[in-house]
Amino acid sequence: MTYAIQAEGLVKHYGKTRALDGVDILVPPGRLLGVLGPNGAGKTTAVRILATLLRPDAGTATVGGYDVTRQAHQVRSMIGLTGQYAAVDEMLTGFENLMMIGRLLGMPRADSRARASELLKRFDLSDAGGRATKTYSGGMRRRLDLAASLVGRPQVLFLDEPTTGLDPRSRTELWSVVRGLMADGVTVLLTTQYLEEADQLADDIIVFDHGKVIASGTSDELKATTGAQVLEVRPLRPEHLPLVGEVLTDVLGEAPDLSGGRATASVHDPAAVPVIVRRLDDQGVVASELALRKSSLDEVFLSITGHRPEDEDTTEKEEAFA
Amino acid sequence: MTTLTTTIPQVAAKRVTPLATLQQTMTLAWRSLVQIKHNPWELLDLSIQPIMFLLLFTYVFGGAISGSTGDYLQFALPGLLVQNALFYTLSTAIGLNTDITKGVFDRLRSLPIARTAPLSGRIIADTVKQVWAFALLIGFGMVLGFRVTTSVFGLLGALALLVVVALAMSWMAVLIGLKASNPEKVQMISFSTMMPLTFTSSALVPSDTFPSWLKTWSDINPVTHLADAIRGLLIGGDVGSATLFSLLWAVAFAVVFAPLAIRAFRSHV
Repeated sequence: MTYAIQAEGLVKHYGKTRALDGVDILVPPGRLLGVLGPNGAGKTTAVRILATLLRPDAGTATVGGYDVTRQAHQVRSMIGLTGQYAAVDEMLTGFENLMMIGRLLGMPRADSRARASELLKRFDLSDAGGRATKTYSGGMRRRLDLAASLVGRPQVLFLDEPTTGLDPRSRTELWSVVRGLMADGVTVLLTTQYLEEADQLADDIIVFDHGKVIASGTSDELKATTGAQVLEVRPLRPEHLPLVGEVLTDVLGEAPDLSGGRATASVHDPAAVPVIVRRLDDQGVVASELALRKSSLDEVFLSITGHRPEDEDTTEKEEAFA
Repeated sequence: MTTLTTTIPQVAAKRVTPLATLQQTMTLAWRSLVQIKHNPWELLDLSIQPIMFLLLFTYVFGGAISGSTGDYLQFALPGLLVQNALFYTLSTAIGLNTDITKGVFDRLRSLPIARTAPLSGRIIADTVKQVWAFALLIGFGMVLGFRVTTSVFGLLGALALLVVVALAMSWMAVLIGLKASNPEKVQMISFSTMMPLTFTSSALVPSDTFPSWLKTWSDINPVTHLADAIRGLLIGGDVGSATLFSLLWAVAFAVVFAPLAIRAFRSHV
């Protein structure tokens, strides 16, 4: 068994829409794969197939060496799933939600209780454990939802946009929980629309768009694929900005973006930078800020797909329940 | 890469044993019932309408329909029990639909449990609630002056018949619960089918005064048969044919809706 998650040529149609159009996924045990893509790219469909909730129209997939369609029961006994919506019973307390999962997994009553308390403590929900979850905040629900997917100590965890709709603080908290799981050796497949999230957490990243994997690699590899670094120059005196623009255009052969009081341009050859500095000096332009950095994943995404990840914001609801 | 074999050990069970299935079903039934502890009003929510009907019909229409409120109560309570039991199958549909829209259903399906457990657990819990609602209405009716004139066996028979028919009807509820896009729609669909069904029957008024076309329908209407049977079981009269027709209707409902509901359920599973 080489891979904890292995999928080949997954295809799924909804009517005429190809939600998945031949997707391959490989995740070695203990790694975190970030699946990055805009709404409606097919991320949720892929997770649902891998978590045995949906049958693919074509292709095969194994999780922990078990086939997701023919050995679904075995797959279920080793996975945990946290979806886009906090799937907790709102009428039950946090404790009861976790206890119920433990009982369903065949744990004795006392063990279920102990496990529920342990998880509530771990997710900082001990005080709220006795309250009905409908009184919980969004962040608390997500944490409980994640706790619920951990009751059975899964070896493979699917996190489908676990931080969508969370405030920055709850998001950071959830990230640290995920890092903790990684330290325990859990294999994680995490989908996200947030480039920063993939950048922060993922060992490997694959980029989905329109049901296809359009790029894959580590965060650094992806950033290198554009073949460019980004140069930012902010002149000390704002009236010098057009002058900076002229210099950059002249040296790089391409007009920079002039906004926010600074000039931003792609640099394919780092040797251009000393030239630019010298030219600016000759012109008497003092730069208050001059930086050469790697492209952000945002820019990578733009250069691969031709659109920013936020472009298609409204289409995934239908996918989630189709 | 070196920890491959240690991180993914073998999984023992390939399928769910019958005993485990039973335990899972009971756990999920517990889950539906323990909610009452946190939201005791839920039971009242679904009982408040029949109690309201009971009071309104008895005191507003009772005199006009039966000549006295007492006589009418004696006539209408069995019909209200039927109406309530049928409306109560709604809670199966709403509960199921809420689970689906909230994602709880997916969570349950991603667990290594029997595929049928989420359904059977809910139905068991809803049957318990049916019994509770039956007791509530009978009790409230008796406070107002209703009397069971047959025997305790008649009472138990009425309860059993209602539960059996409600179970058959829950297949329709399951189908609606699986197919509807949200719980509000479930409520709307169920209300707009149950309401005309119970009103065009002999449940709340004797059907003798209906125009002939309505009388013809009323004689076919399953609610009429069920109401007549329950009435017979509680206050005496012919029960044989009404019970038989009620059960035939229940079988027909199950035969038509169970396969449709199971197919809809499978497509979810």
